[in-house]
Amino acid sequence: METFQEYLQAWPAERRAAAAANATEADVLAALQKEILQPADFLALLSPAAAPHLESMAQRARDLTLRFFGRAVNIFTPLYISDVCTNQCRYCGFNAKNKQPRRHLSIDEAAAEADVIADKGFQHILLLTGDARHLSSPQYIADAARRIKPRFASVGVEVYSLTTDEYRLLVDAGVDSMTMFQETYNPDLYAWLHPVGPKHDYGFRLNAPQRAAEGGIRSIGVGALLGLESFEQDAFATGLHAWWLQRHYPGVDMSVSIPRICPHEGSFDVQYAVDDRQLVQYVTAMRCFLPRAGITCSSRESAFMRDHLVPIGVTRVSAGVSTAVGGRATEDLHNPGQFEITDCRSLEEMAASLAGIGYQAVLKDWEDPVAV
Amino acid sequence: MNNDPFILGGVTLASRLFIGTGKYGADSLIPAVAEASGAEVITVAMRRVGKQQDTQGIMGHIPPHMRLLPNTSGARTADEAVRLARLAHAAGCGDWIKIEVISDTRHLLPDGYETAKATEILAKEGFTVLPYINPDLYVARACAEAGAAAIMPLGAPIGTNRGLRTREMVGILIEEIDLPIIVDAGIGRPSQACEAMEMGAAACLVNTAIASSSDPVSMARAFGAAVRAGRDAWLAGPGAVKAQGQGAEASSPLTGFLR
Repeated sequence: METFQEYLQAWPAERRAAAAANATEADVLAALQKEILQPADFLALLSPAAAPHLESMAQRARDLTLRFFGRAVNIFTPLYISDVCTNQCRYCGFNAKNKQPRRHLSIDEAAAEADVIADKGFQHILLLTGDARHLSSPQYIADAARRIKPRFASVGVEVYSLTTDEYRLLVDAGVDSMTMFQETYNPDLYAWLHPVGPKHDYGFRLNAPQRAAEGGIRSIGVGALLGLESFEQDAFATGLHAWWLQRHYPGVDMSVSIPRICPHEGSFDVQYAVDDRQLVQYVTAMRCFLPRAGITCSSRESAFMRDHLVPIGVTRVSAGVSTAVGGRATEDLHNPGQFEITDCRSLEEMAASLAGIGYQAVLKDWEDPVAV
Repeated sequence: MNNDPFILGGVTLASRLFIGTGKYGADSLIPAVAEASGAEVITVAMRRVGKQQDTQGIMGHIPPHMRLLPNTSGARTADEAVRLARLAHAAGCGDWIKIEVISDTRHLLPDGYETAKATEILAKEGFTVLPYINPDLYVARACAEAGAAAIMPLGAPIGTNRGLRTREMVGILIEEIDLPIIVDAGIGRPSQACEAMEMGAAACLVNTAIASSSDPVSMARAFGAAVRAGRDAWLAGPGAVKAQGQGAEASSPLTGFLR
């Protein structure tokens, strides 16, 4: 079967750049009139030609979001269970070269942290680890998931790339969702950004969502780390990735995350900073292209931005976030975490903010029919 | 006195409008929406129902007089739908179940084959089964033979508010299937619900059109009135429609004296 990596070859960087540069106002207006957009329409909406039409895009995105998601926003929270990492990603706080204290939770410790989270009312949880197979093995992740599953409606993972059989192992342990950030879809830039460690393998990471789908994961999220590569390039490739997966795995619930690179431990010179207008263009273009896909916005973004992105397309937000390992049950805030959090709102504060703009925080939006 | 009761699963219902619980800005709107609509049946996704039915969750906002119609949203196979139905029953949601089996998240169209399979299993277990289907005569027949209590064809894909795009096919089901036909999904305006009822649909289920309106309570009231109007029109029997070019026909014909 074709892989997304193979499909992406039909959209080389030169073609993407030329299409974005050559898009016209007429292309943008035509895309906004279509019920079903093709990739070229999506690229037009991401192009500079679309920038003057941001309000029209937002209106369309708002209508589509209301139609398919209503005024309901799913809430989840991450649980970092290990920050031991063997990669040396140039932009990441978990970079193995960063001399910071590391922590790897035992299953009991992970369960204790999860209990604190569950007691606060969260029902959707996302388990995260660094990339260190020798320590945070697939079996370890599965054990942690199986242990905490009884207290949560949904357990997701955001971990290193796994094989199909390893995703199946997680599914059997109760994991229903996975998120995989490709970071950048530019293979040369990717190789430079990930010089050491297993994450260096571009293709293995790029095809991970496909393996997850084949392993039985029901809900899959993809994303680029905005700011690493030029906006149109990675924004388009991310949407194309979600679109391709949706077409090849129609039973999978697709979502797209929209992180912008944040300050972190260490230093990285952001070459392609994505400003707020571009982020809005991204969210609204994505909603028009993929009307039924979830759009996830993390606490990297400010409360102000998140509150304003919800009506125009964002359908999942995190709350009560800590990117440090441990600390919830032990109050041991030993390190700064993977990135700086901009929006520190608790679950209650997030729910109140959403209510203030006429939206409802949905804590439970999944009942695993297999586990029943 | 209601001379036109709607009997479904042995229960007599005064209203032929069913409503949903999804997509609201706050679940606390549900009681007012329910009251304004006059609906007695309300559907709730099992995936949104907590493990314990506490007052904090969605169940705490459903008026106690309403009949729950739990649905199997999230199921991708007959087996999964059956599991969710059993969970609904175990959770005290009663024995009515709306079967939703959707394995295409892009278009959210129901899988007729799996739906019919789930219908057969659950009907044998004593559930009052309401399968949500594409308006396909063969699937409808399979569900009817499997023991469905009603058939719920879509008017348009879920959430689209596009109205009765499947009008011709729904009309065939109304004519051919000896079960109540409840139009579910796609109805976006009260006039479209009215149209479905005028055609002879037994009831309509409306969620998105109410929940996504600017004023859900007023919209619920409008849908309640529209469904009643459509039903009244169906019962009254609309006059014949003259084809174009046949000329007008006076309400007091000039040759009437010849009778």
